[in-house]
Amino acid sequence: MSAPRPETWIRKSSAGLYCEPGDFHIDPVRPVPRAVITHGHGDHARSGNEQVLATPDTIAIMQERYGEAAGASLQPLAYGETVTAGDVTVRLAPAGHVLGSAQIVLEYRGSRVVVSGDYKRRPDPTCAPFDPCTCDVFITEATFGLPVFRHPPDAREIDKLLHSLALFPERSHLVGVYALGKCQRVLALLRQAGYEEPVYLHGALIKLTELYESLGVRLGPVLPLSGVAREALKGRIVLAPPSAIADIWSRRLPDPVVAMASGWMRVRQRAKARGVELPLVISDHADWDELTATIDEVAAEEIWVTHGREEALVHHATKQGYRARALTLAGFEEDE
Amino acid sequence: MNRFAALLDALLFTPSRNGKLRLMQEYFSTVPDPERGWALAALTGELVFDAAKPNQVRALAAERVDPELLEWSYDFVGDLAETVSLIWPEVAGGEGQVPGLAEIVEQLKGASRGEVGHLLEPWLDALDATGRWALLKLVTGSLRIGVSARLAKTALAELGGVEVDRIEEIWHGLAPPYRPLFDWLEGRHPAPQTGDLPTFCPLMLAQPLDDSELEGLDPRAYLAEWKWDGIRVQLVARGTERRLYSRSGDEIGAAFPEMLDAMPAEVTLDGELLVLRDGEVASFNELQQRLNRKTPNPKLLRDYPAAVRLYDILRESREDLRGLSFAERRRRLEAWYAREPRSALDLSPLVPFTSWEELKELRDGARERGIEGLMLKRADSTYVSGRPKGPWFKWKRGALTLDTVLMYAQRGHGKRSSFYSDYTFGAWRGDELVPVGKAYSGFTDEELRRLDRWVRNNTVQRWGPVREVAPEIVLEIAFDSVHRSTRHKSGVAMRFPRIHRIRWDKPVREADTIDALEGMLT
Repeated sequence: MSAPRPETWIRKSSAGLYCEPGDFHIDPVRPVPRAVITHGHGDHARSGNEQVLATPDTIAIMQERYGEAAGASLQPLAYGETVTAGDVTVRLAPAGHVLGSAQIVLEYRGSRVVVSGDYKRRPDPTCAPFDPCTCDVFITEATFGLPVFRHPPDAREIDKLLHSLALFPERSHLVGVYALGKCQRVLALLRQAGYEEPVYLHGALIKLTELYESLGVRLGPVLPLSGVAREALKGRIVLAPPSAIADIWSRRLPDPVVAMASGWMRVRQRAKARGVELPLVISDHADWDELTATIDEVAAEEIWVTHGREEALVHHATKQGYRARALTLAGFEEDE
Repeated sequence: MNRFAALLDALLFTPSRNGKLRLMQEYFSTVPDPERGWALAALTGELVFDAAKPNQVRALAAERVDPELLEWSYDFVGDLAETVSLIWPEVAGGEGQVPGLAEIVEQLKGASRGEVGHLLEPWLDALDATGRWALLKLVTGSLRIGVSARLAKTALAELGGVEVDRIEEIWHGLAPPYRPLFDWLEGRHPAPQTGDLPTFCPLMLAQPLDDSELEGLDPRAYLAEWKWDGIRVQLVARGTERRLYSRSGDEIGAAFPEMLDAMPAEVTLDGELLVLRDGEVASFNELQQRLNRKTPNPKLLRDYPAAVRLYDILRESREDLRGLSFAERRRRLEAWYAREPRSALDLSPLVPFTSWEELKELRDGARERGIEGLMLKRADSTYVSGRPKGPWFKWKRGALTLDTVLMYAQRGHGKRSSFYSDYTFGAWRGDELVPVGKAYSGFTDEELRRLDRWVRNNTVQRWGPVREVAPEIVLEIAFDSVHRSTRHKSGVAMRFPRIHRIRWDKPVREADTIDALEGMLT
């Protein structure tokens, strides 16, 4: 008996990607009875599901964010272990995106589908590296699915920040970072570069940073910004969510150099439009080269492309001889 | 090239003047010759290549990447040089052969357009994305990083501990890569001698004068002239060379060939560039037509005839007159003009007066177009560059004012990036408000905070960085003049609008109409 065609057992539904023989959704956009979650970002891990399956770290992140609303029943599954749901085996493999992030490896009667979630391929001191899994269908993200997106080495971007800090010692350096993942990665990269000074955090970043520490990720000395005298922030690095960097909140800082750590910073007009003075191209998503290399590596016959610039990646994969199509899922944000 | 590219990149993103100065100083003090000299040439606009056309650059990229992906990427990025720099495939092991800026300039100088592509390819392979961006900006002749030549020279001056005007003075006698200049600034050699070259004399500028300051000044010590509404220029003729310099020392002769033709020999003159018809000054708007064109066509030359109204003489037959008093220079100017009259040159007359009251009446009574007010110059003042306090004053006519209604606000830049500090205001046309201008200045920090808060609390709609606000605040706008404009919806444009007062008290229905503004047209 030959394996069933993937589209016969996994498909798009109004709540997101649905696996019929297992009767569960992956990263559903509205509450469902059974959800498998790739990682803790708000557009993938939403509150209000009944049963939730995810890595232990992702579950800890969801509990931190949603408390009771994280889900009625939370089932942790470590990387590499399997569970079965109906006739479907579910395994989680590291995705290298943020702490706890996982690809979902699904097998049903000899047919294997990998839902990558968000992922990246370069080393990240705050999470396990992406583990490529061969499969029949690889469902890939395409946030940076244009060949202009090629992230430079992280160390070079961190050097830019430290260089600016040396050149403008009387100014504070305010770096816009997402609260989950980017914040902690920037901290870890600073420490790798030998920067041991305390880093000041906007209130919205503190809890998740503490959670990372408690889960064993060493991030060095951090201090809450609130209550710190303006004068004491000269020559200091301050991390804040992107929404705060150009708003009233930032006025408490002494003449800040506004930086932003994001893959979008690769495009100058994007950076200029956000009022960024020091763009740092540091991304938790695969760049174009990583996306295309990963497609080759997992040796899937079929590539389904979700959120991002699907058409360019579909075009590329098709030219490389894959069966490729865009899988337009609603509810995912362009922001990383 | 990597250091230069990183500098351009940082300059592009740094809004503040001081930040830019520091970036340039760091560069000039740590990068060796001749690399930094070529960088200086690029920053001051002395290094202009139009070696490569955008289409050539696009064709180069299309050979390396899928054309469809290139198009999608270009649509997303919006700038061709940047798209190509980002999309260019990285070549393994390319680093290590990164070309120097000096090498790039050397090779490009001798290259024909057909050869440029072959030169560019290995460089693009060797450079990183920022390097490729800088290279492509350089060869397509459009840096646009928000640095003026003056700012680059200011960075150098601070580095060498000299006045920027000393650099301006010798600048036009120097050529890239400026080794003698760096030798001097770093104390290895005396200042470069520029000898017989038609160099620029840095300008003497006037301080603004407030009516209240007049009392302390002795009217007998000053001479008065009209202040003309044109642009300040310097005409320099030496040997066979002719130059027309703007106030910042940029050469603008190519845009005003008739001025170069009219220039006599061996003299340096200071005056106002105007569009002049039968001795009558045209509006600044008409002069703008000429300033917008790098090389004018015959029709433009005919329709907008340029002339310079002279008010000072700085060098005559190689004699430096700047040490003489203004009264003495004025005599020399008049005597020289009597010997050398030219149709495109005339003399700015002195305005005789005996008391400040009399002069004030003359100033306020002068409604002739092209007069902005008066210049007061001490008769005994020598010509010193910069803006010394005391010898020269500009005494502008009272500004015009109009009560307008705040319509839109936009965030500022740099230090003001968290404030809604750029305001668009309108005047009534019947029941409709029509935008008539934009202002960014004239308020205190306290008023800015209050306006910012008000804007945030009274926003009715948002488009990106712009907020439309409820029409509830009257802004009294001060401006120097108003003229017709086809680029503004209202059909008129103000010159130098700034916020004079915020009329929190005034009902918006009592704000002025477009008709009132049109009544002020000059």
